[in-house]
Amino acid sequence: MKIVACVKRVPTTEAEPVVSGDGTTLDQSAMQYMLSFYDEIALEKAVQIKEASGGEVVVVSLGPTDGSKEMRECLAKGADRVVLAKDDAWHTRDARATAKALAAQITEQGADMAFFGRVATDRDNAAVGPMVATMLGWACVTDVVELEVADGKGVAKRESEAGIETYEFALPAVVTCQKGLAEPRYAGLKGIMAAKKKPLDEVDAAVEDNQAQVVKLSPPPARPEGRIIGEGADAVGPLMEALRNEAKVL
Amino acid sequence: MSTILVHVEQVGGAPRRASLEALGAASAVCDTVVATITGDGADAAAAALGAAGANKVVVLAGAGTSPDALAADVAKACTDHGATAFVVGATSGGRDIAPRVAAHLDSTLFSDCIALDKDGDDLVVRRPWLAGKVLADMKSGGPVLCATLRRNTFQAGSGGGDAEIVQADANTDFKAILKDVAAKAGDKLDVSEAPVVVSGGRGLGEAENFNILEDLAAAFGDAAVGASRAVVDMGWRPHAEQVGQTGKTVSPQLYIAVGISGAIQHLAGMKTAKVIVAINKDPEAPIFKVADYGIVGDAFEIVPALTAAVKEVKAQA
Repeated sequence: MKIVACVKRVPTTEAEPVVSGDGTTLDQSAMQYMLSFYDEIALEKAVQIKEASGGEVVVVSLGPTDGSKEMRECLAKGADRVVLAKDDAWHTRDARATAKALAAQITEQGADMAFFGRVATDRDNAAVGPMVATMLGWACVTDVVELEVADGKGVAKRESEAGIETYEFALPAVVTCQKGLAEPRYAGLKGIMAAKKKPLDEVDAAVEDNQAQVVKLSPPPARPEGRIIGEGADAVGPLMEALRNEAKVL
Repeated sequence: MSTILVHVEQVGGAPRRASLEALGAASAVCDTVVATITGDGADAAAAALGAAGANKVVVLAGAGTSPDALAADVAKACTDHGATAFVVGATSGGRDIAPRVAAHLDSTLFSDCIALDKDGDDLVVRRPWLAGKVLADMKSGGPVLCATLRRNTFQAGSGGGDAEIVQADANTDFKAILKDVAAKAGDKLDVSEAPVVVSGGRGLGEAENFNILEDLAAAFGDAAVGASRAVVDMGWRPHAEQVGQTGKTVSPQLYIAVGISGAIQHLAGMKTAKVIVAINKDPEAPIFKVADYGIVGDAFEIVPALTAAVKEVKAQA
């Protein structure tokens, strides 16, 4: 079975965004990057399935040509090959443009399944995985916390507000991965050495123009300064007072 | 004449509050609101939607056990009614179908929007990037502006008149089929929809000690218990309760953080709460910088005292 794991390079959690001169883009020059948290889970689950039942894991990413550190990391963590769809404007693309570009690569790979993180932690949009599935006409289960695949069929458990939902589907299928599905491995020395010999292919990607237009970027409204009301149980009375009469939430 | 399609979710015949908020948001910026609704109880819930701002309701007959089939039906309703926008509340169900609806309409998606406004003939959404470190005002040049709306952020629709209610057949081309739902224990409010969240971290010491937060939540009545990543990773609380960057983003009226230090990743999930209270024995804990009110001290003394005070207030109400 061939699984494509789609990953995205995102700014590190500590990164402080700087809005560029025109007020509609983020300055990338001082950014530090990492693989998006949920994408690591997607890659790990794909590799675990391969290790258990055979097949191939291909990592696909829409990104810049200088992103090879993150791509090599994927190879070190068990991917068999990486396909980097080259796009220097990758960080500005909207969900539709990204989904179309990735869908084309998934089709090119002849994959049976495509795994995505449930959301990329830069845009927090949680759209690309299910959009790709819809574009390809594939089944899709999102926010997956458990997954079994065998004989061209899958059973996935999804974390929802109602509880844990169980879905059944036939392949080909898209799964978006939630925390708890798999624990991402560290790349050991063996993995790092093996990665140097694995293929990292850079391909041209025809990416459509955005429908989304940024009108402006702004910082979040500052919260007014708070105060320490007091210490210990004695402060409860004054806190209740403040919640009722000042904040008016009680 | 602009039309917005709003997908409404219902539970047991009552529309979800997130859906009433979506109807309110839509009716403020367009001429005609068309709602879709499905599942057992849809007919009962449909009757309430006119008052909330819907002009027409399309009841999709069929239990709606497949998000891909539901999304196709909702997209068709958008096209049938010439909708220039599609919105749904950012519940787990809404977030599941919205990208699929957008793809059917060859349109992009804007998730978790905190504002929906008109700018001339255009609609503008505002949504957070980078865990809320940046707010992006965005428009779409595509055929339909598709958006999910953050909960507890928009006013629920009200004061509307009657809506025309029609029936349509739900499509049965299921790809992923829902076979079972293992419901959460009890009637617990989800942390992402509760008006009050009482959240605990490592400072509570051990899993059993969360009972003081459960008591406080019970005293409020409409509260949910939340958790930091640390205690979820240790197995004290389920992931469904986790608040933060790798858990849920919540925007309640009142967020009480007990024994939580306030790491950036946690703040990302709760800093848009209307009022934040922090209880921690470390006066230097970063959580105090974002809290409106803080109490320094032992949670095991403070929280039970707070629970008693809340019970008293609620008894008088």
